[in-house]
Amino acid sequence: MDLILESLAFVWNSAEDVAPIVFFLFLFQLFVLRERIPNVGQILVGFVFVAVGLGLFLVGLDQTLFPLGRLMAQQLTDPGFIAEVSGHVRDALVWQDFYWVYLFAASMGFATTLAEPALMAVAMKANAVSGGAIGVWGLRVAVATGVSVGVALGCYRIISGLPLQYFIAAGYLVVIVQTAMAPKMIVPLAYDSGGVTTSTVTVPLIAALGLGLAESIPGRSPLLDGFGLVAIAALFPIISVLAYGQFAVLRGKK
Amino acid sequence: MKDSLIALSKDALSSVRDLTPIVVVIAVFQVFVIRQPVDGFLSLAFGALLVVAGLAFFIFGLRIALFPIGEEIAHALAKKGSAFWLFTFAFILGFGTTIAEPALLAVAQEAARVAVKAGVIENNEEAKAAYALGLRLVVALSVGVALLLGVFRILTNWSLPIMIIGGYILVVLVTAVAPPEIVGIAYDSGGVTTSTVTVPLVTALGVGLAGSLKGRNPMLDGFGLIAFASLTPILFVLGYGIITRWT
Repeated sequence: MDLILESLAFVWNSAEDVAPIVFFLFLFQLFVLRERIPNVGQILVGFVFVAVGLGLFLVGLDQTLFPLGRLMAQQLTDPGFIAEVSGHVRDALVWQDFYWVYLFAASMGFATTLAEPALMAVAMKANAVSGGAIGVWGLRVAVATGVSVGVALGCYRIISGLPLQYFIAAGYLVVIVQTAMAPKMIVPLAYDSGGVTTSTVTVPLIAALGLGLAESIPGRSPLLDGFGLVAIAALFPIISVLAYGQFAVLRGKK
Repeated sequence: MKDSLIALSKDALSSVRDLTPIVVVIAVFQVFVIRQPVDGFLSLAFGALLVVAGLAFFIFGLRIALFPIGEEIAHALAKKGSAFWLFTFAFILGFGTTIAEPALLAVAQEAARVAVKAGVIENNEEAKAAYALGLRLVVALSVGVALLLGVFRILTNWSLPIMIIGGYILVVLVTAVAPPEIVGIAYDSGGVTTSTVTVPLVTALGVGLAGSLKGRNPMLDGFGLIAFASLTPILFVLGYGIITRWT
């Protein structure tokens, strides 16, 4: 019963988010552009699906993935657990001892990115526009790989305490070099991939992981280091999507 | 009707496929690494069902509503040929969808607490609310400007890599002079602005616009709007931090 009420609340919230956008679009189309809205019925039904779908999606995540993911992040970053699996004492842990954390970060980053609705939307569009040259799955796997590497590296950064700026600056240097070499048509899409990934599903889990790590390692500030993880996770998909484009060209030449 | 049902069930099937990796990762880690019992299995299963249904509904709605209306408006705007209304539309779309964004609300409140700790503003509810509202306005403004810039780029055919990389070099420079407590918040606000409803709409707008303008290629010129929307909030929030420090 509680769950049904909660679901309704989530659906209502997402309807509240969607309604002003629909209102603005319709207003603009009717009064500024002075055009009829084609298939008005279909569009309205579609927006109901968008609002209800988003609401159910979020309430489902709130019931399952978010609490479970947070709990797992907490358990895996617990110094007691790390000491137990590595065989080192709690005060003498080195960065290699956190291998489960890297593995969890990488696989979670990969899996949650594949479930990111905004990325699906962009991939569907890119596939249609490129006439099928860019595969929906190819692009999504490329982005997910980038996020996966990014989150794992971001965890390493928190554990090792290296400054965030080094990683960001090095990452953008790679992006600049790749931009010069990659096929032109992949570049705008690659730049968009960075923003798309940091969306509904991935960010709450990454943030929980960053927070857990920053809390269990002495000398780290949860506030500062939790943020850095998202920044790195948004940078690496640009690199992986550019690489995906370069790879596609190489394969085409053979 | 029958076609719609078939399309919807196809979307449901792909949702199951899209979510399987998450289930696998969690199951493997629970069974082999953490090795502790998980309680509430029934509510987990029900929640998973909601996620699958929700994702399928969203993608279905995306295909029949969000994409078509975004493109329809882009075509109509290109046909009208008024740069003024095009920029107005882009700005309002960015500003309007961001100001109400729940994730931004959370970040703004967190930022106000950080500002109190850093001694930038006084520790009372009024000052905190004003600071949080100011931050939300600044971020919404930055996304409005981002879409405006992105549309401007599609019209003028300026180089996207130069604009974006130039922007990030500017971010690095401004970070050096910004108060340290705002930096984390600023970098984070770049990520929270691009919500699940905005992204498809903005993508359809860019692609539709590039598709209806002569001499523009939707693949080359249509994408890149979201890249601007992740960049400008960082710059604007850093600027906000600098200004609130001085005054």
